[in-house]
Amino acid sequence: MARAKLTGTDYTPPDLVAKVTGRARYAEDFRADGMVFMKLLLSPMPHAHVRRIDKSRALAMDGVLAVVTAEDLPESDPLNEPLLASEALYEGQPIAAVVAVDEATAADAVERLQVDLEPLPFALDPIESIKPGGSNARTEGNTIVRKSTDDGVQTVVERIEWPNQLFRDAGEDVLPLGEHQDEWTIGGDVEAALAASELVIDETAYHQSLTHHPLEPRSAMAYWQNGKCTLHCSTQSCQRTHGVAAAAIGIDPADLTLISEFCGGGFGSKIVGTVNMALPAVLSKQVGRPVMHRVSRYEENYFGRARPGMYIRTRIGFSKEGKVKALDIFAIQDNGPYGRQGDLGSVGGVASLAYQPDSMRFRAVSILTNTPPRAPQRAPGGAPISAMLEPIMDRAAKQLGLDRIAIRKLNAPREGAKFGGDLSRNVTTAYTHEAMDQLAALVDWADADRRGGTRSGSKAIGTGFALAPYTAGASGFDGLMVIRPDGKLEIHSGVGNLGTHSFSDTSRVACDVLGLPWEEVEIVWGDTSKHLPWTTVSAGSMTTHSMSRAAHAAATDLMQKLQEIAARDLGGSPEQYEVDGGRVFRRGSASGGLTFAQAAKRAIELGGKYDGHELSENLHAATKVAAAAMAGQGLLGAAKDEYPRNGDVYTFVVGFAEVEVDLETGFLDIKRYAAVTDCGTVMNPRSLGAQLHGGGIQGFGLAASQKWVYDPRWGIPFAHRFYTARPPSILDVPLEMQWGAVDKPDPNNPVGSKGVGEPPLCAGAAALLCAIQNAVGEVDLRRLPIMTDNLLTAIEGLDPEVPVLTTHT
Amino acid sequence: MAIIHDMMPAFELYQPSDLDGAVQLLDRHGDDAWALAGGLDTMDWFKDRVKRPKVVVDLNGIPELKGVREGADGGLEIGALTSLTDVVSSPQVREKFPMLAEAAATVATPQIRNQGTLGGNLCQDTRCWYYRGGWPCYRAGGNICYADTSSSMNREHCIFGASRCVAVSPSDTATALLALDASMVIAGPRGERVVPAEEFFLGPGIDITRMTVLQPNEVLVAVRIPATFAGARTYFEKARDRQSWDFALASVASAFRMNGDTIAEARIALGAVAPTPLRAKKAEAALRGQRISSQVADAAGNAAVEGARPLRHNGYKVPLMRNLVRRAVRGGPLAGEGQDAAAGG
Repeated sequence: MARAKLTGTDYTPPDLVAKVTGRARYAEDFRADGMVFMKLLLSPMPHAHVRRIDKSRALAMDGVLAVVTAEDLPESDPLNEPLLASEALYEGQPIAAVVAVDEATAADAVERLQVDLEPLPFALDPIESIKPGGSNARTEGNTIVRKSTDDGVQTVVERIEWPNQLFRDAGEDVLPLGEHQDEWTIGGDVEAALAASELVIDETAYHQSLTHHPLEPRSAMAYWQNGKCTLHCSTQSCQRTHGVAAAAIGIDPADLTLISEFCGGGFGSKIVGTVNMALPAVLSKQVGRPVMHRVSRYEENYFGRARPGMYIRTRIGFSKEGKVKALDIFAIQDNGPYGRQGDLGSVGGVASLAYQPDSMRFRAVSILTNTPPRAPQRAPGGAPISAMLEPIMDRAAKQLGLDRIAIRKLNAPREGAKFGGDLSRNVTTAYTHEAMDQLAALVDWADADRRGGTRSGSKAIGTGFALAPYTAGASGFDGLMVIRPDGKLEIHSGVGNLGTHSFSDTSRVACDVLGLPWEEVEIVWGDTSKHLPWTTVSAGSMTTHSMSRAAHAAATDLMQKLQEIAARDLGGSPEQYEVDGGRVFRRGSASGGLTFAQAAKRAIELGGKYDGHELSENLHAATKVAAAAMAGQGLLGAAKDEYPRNGDVYTFVVGFAEVEVDLETGFLDIKRYAAVTDCGTVMNPRSLGAQLHGGGIQGFGLAASQKWVYDPRWGIPFAHRFYTARPPSILDVPLEMQWGAVDKPDPNNPVGSKGVGEPPLCAGAAALLCAIQNAVGEVDLRRLPIMTDNLLTAIEGLDPEVPVLTTHT
Repeated sequence: MAIIHDMMPAFELYQPSDLDGAVQLLDRHGDDAWALAGGLDTMDWFKDRVKRPKVVVDLNGIPELKGVREGADGGLEIGALTSLTDVVSSPQVREKFPMLAEAAATVATPQIRNQGTLGGNLCQDTRCWYYRGGWPCYRAGGNICYADTSSSMNREHCIFGASRCVAVSPSDTATALLALDASMVIAGPRGERVVPAEEFFLGPGIDITRMTVLQPNEVLVAVRIPATFAGARTYFEKARDRQSWDFALASVASAFRMNGDTIAEARIALGAVAPTPLRAKKAEAALRGQRISSQVADAAGNAAVEGARPLRHNGYKVPLMRNLVRRAVRGGPLAGEGQDAAAGG
């Protein structure tokens, strides 16, 4: 175990001053000589074939340099999102691009394009599409399937259709259990287990598709020099975006420098950027000038990604003690128009982990719609299933006469818990009871529990408590760093900088291994020309766990090399040497030995493995290229993370919310929120608090304020600005917010850490919904978000305005 | 519909330094001109390229349009270009008509209130998302209301006063000023005219393409609030989905002149439920001469929503509006243990 000096303490990350003083440069802040601007023409129809776009009037304008449509670009696989569409699959999809000397001219030119579109039938709602006679989002069908053929596995579009009788038999507001694509089980016959249960709750719920809304839109600027392209873009992951962007531009990665030092939020929408970032590069090559594309908030709503909406029917059976005996989940995913989204898999996986059912069946189908392309959004799949099942756990507790925490403890996973289809997976650590106990003490649960459900005048008071797990780390990546002849440790981080500080938190692990003060470190990040190692994508709460392992491995490699150099020069064996405070010295005599600067110079003299001329075979090819470029610059540490990992790494967050619902106005006032996590060792307390609270607030939006609204006749959305989409504002956040952490290390990580990006959102959404239910009783929580109108409709006993099985209202 | 958004087209900008100059410019350019105050509503229209005037007359350089002054009768006159922040923080407004300060404080965000003006808040166009999206509806000169079909999305639309158009008045200060019986001072080529708030706002039955009586060559100069309701018992509440940067789902503004513990005169204005801010005259009549009680409050609330005609998605506005009026009479939410906090005044 490393000497923990920096890990676990607050600090000022190296990007922070630039951010808070406005000096941080995001993609659209860059300028290049002769730069010109690009504007897009977006499809005005939800599904249309582009018959013809007449460019002549636009091209005739002064200052217009190029007009490009799908016809001018290489043909792409129709199942993949193109740079520009010849068949628009959603209203707002880019179908033409104009480059002009300034944005005003480009916009005027876009207006002069003569567009001839052939409208095609469209589908906004998976339920409408799957019914007999329902429209297909794609001409060939409404779902994407992978098929084994004689030519190997092929991805094809097919139509899936459920008979009317199925809907009639299920009844209104109940999801029929029709033909599906995915199925897995745990234990024996789930129907028998349900039949044998003391209490069965059967519920259908609808969870919205939600735009990610990062504050920074995905603007991009590109230019070419000597046949090589430089691209400024906004991405969550730096090193891993490089190859994806090169492929989208159609060039060798060696010919691309990608720069993304700061990323103004992604939430899963910019894991490896998005295809739009390639267009300025392609057009820059064509016009021979740098091209900037500033993406507007309005455009961000269209091609800025969204969480897939989800219809979920859950049948859950409890023993009289409150143990989950049976869990049957059927989900329909609103897939958007392109590649099949993975959220569904997490719906089942998270549910099986969180509730440890004796018997479970998971079935699912993903239906294409003519709505914006989807991407994972913070806790994909986990957010809807936690938000749906946690209030159901409360209802079961009430009916069975149990305490709300007791029923959770009875079912919560502990260390090593198995989950997933056939219980084929297991988690590493799971300090769920410890987290629940800590939160219960923090909020004085006994008192909060009593307060919940009481009324004072028009105010109904509710308290809610929720547990949410989500995946939190992977392994097998590389660390790369060099001690320079000036004695500084230069850490090359391929991690993106999406605002979580994980790029520098993980670097501090290297300092702790070497006993080096933080001031002696420089982190190189955000620029693929600066030799970045093979790195995880910054998504799925992966970075902290995965890259602290890699940093630990590379720092350990450095330490060994320091010890070897010292032994070689000063006598004795490497084990007799210790590394601390920027020196390597014989154990027990800190005054002698070599400074890092001296060791770095010696490494260069020695060459070979010491200065990076010889590299370990097991490094990833990308790391080898990066390390080779650094060879000879100092004492090089480069290592692959080969630490053992005994299972899947999951982080757990428990949330507590207290609300007042105004029974006269339906106004939901969140009075208090607190969250406690088991995320292993706490790496950066202040940043952890920000994750727990920020994720919780994003969960409030999912539960109670954000939604898409579409006019179903025209297939056109309205919530495409912040004020109509309504993510929570700072005044919608309680003044009283607290957090805590169990802070017990996960032995599967050399410093004990687990990631914590996703589950704070699930805990926030679920705790809030539990609190609302606790305040106003069995109010209809089946269609999220629960806003003023839903609450007042329920309180007043009015008929709900739309059935549960309806999207985008 | 606009084919491209978020990029303002070019226009000619005039920045007159006095009111006469502004009126002359507007008169000269007629329908081609647009008067610019704080720009919050304006820039949205321009950037979305839906409204495209050739000429913009910026009123911000005209000193006489700004500031809060004592009115002749002991009331107040507030220049139309006074920022909402200045209205909120004005000692005179807070002393005489605190309800106006409360209403102005609920507009949008601090940044928007710093930039936005009282006149702009009153004259702003409706937020119907079909209309603002550039759909060719009645209000935009077309021949259909997209928001009032069997499949329309109209959660935020009207329950009163529909006439081909179902959009609502979005102004928070309009509701307060209607309850305070304010008048609007308007300058035009033929001089000044003063229009009571109740006549200033136009419903679609009178003119479907405008929200107010302002002609293209006229400027809203000031708002006059008579002394009538200075120090009166007032109430303002705005129901909305978010606590900042959100328009009202419904709002209520009320001003009661009390005679001992009975209501001598009541004015109640309803916001965001009709194409104009709306007097709740039946509720007002039901209150005259009454002592305040929860029964009276309930009756006034019921009277206020009599004749409401909700659309497919806004049925909730009926109980919401009813309850807000009840609160206006009571002086607040139903208090603890179901007791009536405001009983007895």
